[in-house]
Amino acid sequence: MSGEGKGIVDKGKEAVQGVAQTVMKKAVELAPDSLMPGGRPDPLIRRQHGHIGKPVSRVDGPRKVRGAAPFAAEVALDGMAYASLAYSTIAKGRIAAIDTAAAEAAPGVVLVMTHRNAPRLNPPPRFLSGDKAAAGDDSPIMQDDRVRWNGEPVALVLAETQEQADHARSLIRITYEEEPAATTVATADGCEVGTFMGEPLRAVVGDADAALAAAPHKVEVVYRTPGHNHNAIEPHAATLAWRGDELFVHDATQAVAHTAWSMAQIFGLEESQVHVSSPFVGGGFGAKGLWQHQVLAAAAARLAGRPVRIALSREGVYRIVGGRSPTEQRVALGADADGRLTAIIHRGVTPKTRHSPMPEPFILPTQSAYASETIALEVKTCYLDMVANTFMRAPGEAVGTVALECAMDELAEQLGMDPIELRIRNEPEKDPISGRPFSSRNIVAAYRAGAERFGWDRRSPTPRARREGEWLVGMGCATATYPYHRMPGGAARITLDAQGRARVDVAAHEMGMGTATAQAQVAADRLGLPLEAVTVRYGDSSLPGVILAGGSQQTASVGLSVMMAHQELVAELLKLAGNDSPLAGLSANEVESADGGLRKLDEPGHFESYASILGRAGRGELAAEGSAPMPLETMHWSMHSHGAMFCEVRVNAVTGETRVSRFLGSFDCGRILNPKTAASQFRGGIIMGLGLALMEETQFDERKGRIMNRNLADYHVPVHMDVPEIDVIWTDIPDPRAPMGARGIGEIGITGTGAAVANAIHNATGRRVRDFPITLDQLL
Amino acid sequence: MTPFSYVRAADADAAVRHSGVDAKYLGGGTNLVDLMRETIERPGTLVDVTGLSAEITETDGGGLLIGAAVRNTALAEHGLVRRRYPMLARAIVAGASPQIRNMATVAGNILQRTRCAYFYDRAGSRCNKREPGQGCDAIDGFNRMHAILGASPACVATHPSDMCVALAALDATVHLSGADGERRLPFADLHRLPGDEPDRDTVLQPGDLITAVELPPLPIAARSTYRKVRDRSSYAFALVSVAAALSVENGTVTDVRLALGGVAHKPWRASKAEQALCGQPATEATFRAAAAAELAAAEPLRDNAFKVELAQRTMVAVLGELAEVEVLGGGA
Repeated sequence: MSGEGKGIVDKGKEAVQGVAQTVMKKAVELAPDSLMPGGRPDPLIRRQHGHIGKPVSRVDGPRKVRGAAPFAAEVALDGMAYASLAYSTIAKGRIAAIDTAAAEAAPGVVLVMTHRNAPRLNPPPRFLSGDKAAAGDDSPIMQDDRVRWNGEPVALVLAETQEQADHARSLIRITYEEEPAATTVATADGCEVGTFMGEPLRAVVGDADAALAAAPHKVEVVYRTPGHNHNAIEPHAATLAWRGDELFVHDATQAVAHTAWSMAQIFGLEESQVHVSSPFVGGGFGAKGLWQHQVLAAAAARLAGRPVRIALSREGVYRIVGGRSPTEQRVALGADADGRLTAIIHRGVTPKTRHSPMPEPFILPTQSAYASETIALEVKTCYLDMVANTFMRAPGEAVGTVALECAMDELAEQLGMDPIELRIRNEPEKDPISGRPFSSRNIVAAYRAGAERFGWDRRSPTPRARREGEWLVGMGCATATYPYHRMPGGAARITLDAQGRARVDVAAHEMGMGTATAQAQVAADRLGLPLEAVTVRYGDSSLPGVILAGGSQQTASVGLSVMMAHQELVAELLKLAGNDSPLAGLSANEVESADGGLRKLDEPGHFESYASILGRAGRGELAAEGSAPMPLETMHWSMHSHGAMFCEVRVNAVTGETRVSRFLGSFDCGRILNPKTAASQFRGGIIMGLGLALMEETQFDERKGRIMNRNLADYHVPVHMDVPEIDVIWTDIPDPRAPMGARGIGEIGITGTGAAVANAIHNATGRRVRDFPITLDQLL
Repeated sequence: MTPFSYVRAADADAAVRHSGVDAKYLGGGTNLVDLMRETIERPGTLVDVTGLSAEITETDGGGLLIGAAVRNTALAEHGLVRRRYPMLARAIVAGASPQIRNMATVAGNILQRTRCAYFYDRAGSRCNKREPGQGCDAIDGFNRMHAILGASPACVATHPSDMCVALAALDATVHLSGADGERRLPFADLHRLPGDEPDRDTVLQPGDLITAVELPPLPIAARSTYRKVRDRSSYAFALVSVAAALSVENGTVTDVRLALGGVAHKPWRASKAEQALCGQPATEATFRAAAAAELAAAEPLRDNAFKVELAQRTMVAVLGELAEVEVLGGGA
């Protein structure tokens, strides 16, 4: 059991799986390119002048501006009751007594649910423990009197209005028997090497410690980053109802299919009995998965026999939805006189709970960053009694690049080298750990273009060289990096109608980043249709595919799924076309989609429109579904996006206040599908990175294991005045191994940003601040 | 939120008549409603006083009488305020957000309560201000925002207002209406230090209603400013703020008004610094000595020791700006 450590059987299983994985990995690495997904580049990469690359405005924009896009907490159901949650105030122990009488007697109250009357539920399937497991926390949900963290839901009130529910909740009185809790790394309930996606977060190439000892130049530094909490503009919410034994959930989620399956497990249902829809999500960032609130609302709805709306307060999000764990990272770099790295060491500690899917994997960006004869990476994780930590925009890279890229800046200073030149000098020719070839890596081009546009040549290598009145001005840079991911389970359906219009059905998610828009552009090019002739249906678990809007992989997953569906569709169309068609006798690989139909490759005269094919066959519509193959390409090539981040700061010499005055992100993320929505994604990531650099910090009071700044007044994120004009450019060089040539762009913006800010602050002030966020007191 | 009844007062007398043991006056509600949502405040009755005086009128001699219901935005934008008391206009716009300033009233701003996170955490933390005698979790907890001056073992909270720092510097007077009729109180005496009664933010008695704030004619204030130092550019409470007016003749400080925000349980009139400045040459050395005199009694906590230095630096910089004396930036 997860709570008591792993049994011998589990360990044995893992060992067998480990061997199998190693053999499989080797086989994939050695296989010919042509057998891999991406082995034959997506034909859309060659196609120019289509919809891809056009700055199409988001298709859901007008509805959102008009307030006509219903979010989960806005869906109204007849007879709906409103839920309010009471949260524990101790970190560990048991509920000795719980007095709900006053709450039950309060006006409008439908019921009060506690562990005493909650329905029996199966444990929530922890994310990554199965293909469709969605839960960010696998603790039992209101099943016993145990308290596992400070903030765990201990009671739910249902009432006729939200105000009545909230008031009644305030009348519940709970007595606890408190037990000593592990709330600091020093008092942790055990520590071990962390694992991520089943693999240990550890890598060793050569003897890095010896190489470091022998290196003529070295830096050894410790960087600390604090915990971060999720603050999407839309707090988590669900409106749901039972109809018989079927559960209908209007959710705010980045995983509709996963949520449906996981809810079914918890309630002992068939997967087909749970329906999850989530057409609009007000920001996910890794947090909009399955947490206790959806489950508790569904349990209460069953008890009450009524539909339920649960909308977490901002505090509620802090109490039950995890965030990014704090990290303490030691980076040591050894270099020869020319600045060539001979040792890279990146080790550190981060807390997690026994119930969360993974520790903050801060070594990930270092795995493929620089060439070095020796490398040693390790994440040690320590178990605490706190809210489950979780994924938050670029888990690993966001804070890992802080330590690595600041350390590179420190090394450049020691060597007297330009920090960009130091990075370029250490560009690897192949993946430094796996040895795999890169699918596409143009980081040097990104640096050159960014440096010129930003005016890097105006930076003085000497810190504290530029002062304007009270303000010290400096520039810094850092590398951004995020891997290309594609998860298993992608599938999509294309349906053509008699007019030759197409609808794409795919269980994908629109969380504000422009998915529906970009995928309509891709599908239109794929099908040779005008944009107006394509609609994309998404955000519902009844649609094909198990597609997570996470890991910046949704675009690739959907893109390849649609590509496979298109192949099926073409085959079906050729069958329907028959012998009376100009396409007669042609096979699928002799035709392409263009101009609203199929035409023979290189002989455009052989053409028949979709409408004509369907019309002659007397078909009102034609549907074809395709599934994406296993994502073996990431085991065959090293696939990563990069960015060169440039920052100019002004630091007030009197007060220590830092103001970011300019920022440029120069990205190499493959082909950019929609420059308008992409620029927004890049900028949003960078803004979040500015928060990481200068202000975001969870105040976790270790005495009680309680988060104290659980609102947006006390937990600072950047406001408009903190954000300068942010310039973004990109190489637009397609990755031949990625669908559409595009790697994901959702997360990379937050990576490298913190280090670029810190390095600029050093250039401005001469101070190295290694405790994030960089608050003014550290610069006095 | 706990259920309550609501009445709208027609005038000050009616408001005072409505005020019972568990009544609260409602201005813009930008703080009180938050406190009610958190069940920190649980009034049985809300007496809406936003219909009362919202006028700004000039007094004989050139002062201003500001109605208690004047919105913060209106006060900051008022031409006479901007000309005669620029520190007040600047202090107001340094606070909160435009939306909040559009709602918040003058009296409501004055009577807002501390933003100490432990004060707000009724469910999970101890607070003597909220529950007298319960203990204080802030003293050994997160106290970056907390007091360095005038605190007590019972409470280390700060008063969060920017506007009040300017009012403290400007020798304002508060007009009150209460059970025993009308009276006036120097603004500097309105807010309390915590002592062993941190639950009492002010000296007001139950039922007391602020009807107006009076600014005296104060020529020195025409040359005044407000500087706020905070953790982000906007929408953040002051770590330290300084309201200052300075008069220099022939290189000598002839008069000064100086107050600090973010350092104490009340808007902190820097009297010691004022004494150290008057009659002295307007030089950086004088400014530093005055700032040091004011902060000599500072007792920092775990997270806020930096405020002692930050407050001094900010005072020196503000005085230098007003005196047009170049002062070197901080630790430069």
